[in-house]
Amino acid sequence: MSGFLPTPEDVEEPDVTQLHEEEHPGHARIEGRSPWLLAWQRLRRDKVAMFSLAVIVLIVLFAIFAPLATTITGHPVNEQYRTTGLTADGLPRGPSGEFWLGTDDLGRDILVRIAYGARVSLLVGVVATALTVVIGVVVGLAAGFLGGIVDTILARLIDVVLSMPFLLVAIALVSITGPSLLVTVLVIGFFSWASVGRIVRGQVLSLREREFVEAARSLGASNGRIMFVDILPNVLAQVIVYASLLIPVVIVVEATLSFLGLGLAPPTADWGGMISESQNYYTTAWWFIAFPGAALLATTLAFNLLGDGVRDAFDPRSDRLIP
Amino acid sequence: MLRFLVRRIILGILVMWLITLAVFALFFIAPNDVARTLAGRQAPPETVALIAHRLGLDQPIWKQYVDFISRLLHGDLGFDYYHQTPVSQIIGAAIPITLSVVIGGAIIWLVMGVFNGVVSAVRPRSFIDRFLTVFSLFFYSMPTFLLGLLLLYFFYFRLTLQGITVFPAGGYVAFADNPEQWFLHMVLPWFTLALVSAATYTRLTRASMLDVLGEDYVRTARSKGISERRVVMRHAFRAAMTPIVTQFGIDVGALVGGVVVTEYVFSLPGLGKTAIDAINQQDLPVIIGIVLFASAAVVIANIIVDLVYAVLDPRVRLH
Repeated sequence: MSGFLPTPEDVEEPDVTQLHEEEHPGHARIEGRSPWLLAWQRLRRDKVAMFSLAVIVLIVLFAIFAPLATTITGHPVNEQYRTTGLTADGLPRGPSGEFWLGTDDLGRDILVRIAYGARVSLLVGVVATALTVVIGVVVGLAAGFLGGIVDTILARLIDVVLSMPFLLVAIALVSITGPSLLVTVLVIGFFSWASVGRIVRGQVLSLREREFVEAARSLGASNGRIMFVDILPNVLAQVIVYASLLIPVVIVVEATLSFLGLGLAPPTADWGGMISESQNYYTTAWWFIAFPGAALLATTLAFNLLGDGVRDAFDPRSDRLIP
Repeated sequence: MLRFLVRRIILGILVMWLITLAVFALFFIAPNDVARTLAGRQAPPETVALIAHRLGLDQPIWKQYVDFISRLLHGDLGFDYYHQTPVSQIIGAAIPITLSVVIGGAIIWLVMGVFNGVVSAVRPRSFIDRFLTVFSLFFYSMPTFLLGLLLLYFFYFRLTLQGITVFPAGGYVAFADNPEQWFLHMVLPWFTLALVSAATYTRLTRASMLDVLGEDYVRTARSKGISERRVVMRHAFRAAMTPIVTQFGIDVGALVGGVVVTEYVFSLPGLGKTAIDAINQQDLPVIIGIVLFASAAVVIANIIVDLVYAVLDPRVRLH
């Protein structure tokens, strides 16, 4: 964070009373202004990022309170309204007072299904990203720090995973095992960790030569302790930036699998699946693709804009480069 | 240089060998009933066993792998159970279609991404910079299938409703058969691919250009009184292109197996669409063949990128 120059309003007068309040670690941390806090302060000033964060919070609330959508509209998520929800020709009905965002090809309420679909997208997005990051960090730390034969094997493994056509292999695997939430998360995790592993490995290779690692070793710290207590915090910022930009990618992959018919089994509500079902109706029922599509796009866009802000907040170069 | 090349190729072969192991393990250890499916639902167990025997599926796993590798080394990717055709022939038929999509799309996204990136970098934090950032992030966030369907909606369906039939709903016409139709069938897939990918290049170009524009030699060039246009285009742009060349090589290699969704949406029978059809039929030889072929494309693209890099930057050769 060396390039960061605090603006005058950030520079607070040192408060000597705080120094005696070490039983309140929260106060001491504020005075210390860790890199994390600096990044957060910068992020907070980023209007686009804060707006995106607000959108994400809204979508999360929408997902959590999905049952409320059923309560308000009176339409259960998988209930097919064959008389009121479909036209005389059996086509989906457009938005109305009864169905706010219209109905799908089976006469189900699209609003309610979008709310439940948000649960799938967010859950897979967060859990699969977490899995990816955990595997990538452990492999990257081990390869970079332990070196030798471990590094040779793990580095080749990273090469192999990065060379395989991810989407094709993922589709093939899901089709063999049969689609489920767990399979989707595992497949995404097992094929995405390699990029994280490569980033972490590169960082660790230079970090392990630094004095603080030597100091820890001379104090008798074990390899595990040096890796996870001394080195890990130094790569965490970069990992967080990567993870925040990975979430929208994972959400798109999940939606793509569903779109190709390899997501969750019907009738589970899922954005990619809804868009797939709308394909035969897009000429007559624009709302069928428009609303699930808008929900998906709003989510990935919000995550990307937030991730962009997180990167700028952590990257001191963003201050140096722009005059 | 030659030693670097040889080492890089050996490494590539090693990676390819590991990929055959991984692919074999993934698909052969996973439960599947090819013989059962081929024999049909009503077939007696003896028929199923006979078919399994003929395909070599009753052999021990290691024996199957050795057979698989030795066939592969002879250029034989296996035999498609369903269509009674060699897999290499199926892949061969799909390659021109995938290449049509990838090369056309790549040209568009490269021009678009690099142009937008340079414009952004010349005036950082200006209105045009912010606009281009939002524009590219918008399309970057757009799932490929959604963008494809939207383009179809507006440029096929709405236009056709107006009585203007320019773009078809999908499908492929070979260039040799009818170049004009080939082009019209390709435009929407190209833009689907390009709009989603351009953002990466806009951002990469912008960052790289900003880096280079801050260098001393650019200041020297400016202070010599060279026009700003010349400084940007001749001095900065050339130096800033290295990371873009790298990314471009990797992306094009990856897209050989990665245009699955675009091909699916526009019904283009390229490698991706063929693979999906094979997956739906559990047609393992075709899936394995395409996965291996696509992996080889990535490995070869990586070798080429490293070579180009080594030519541009001699320090790389030492590592």
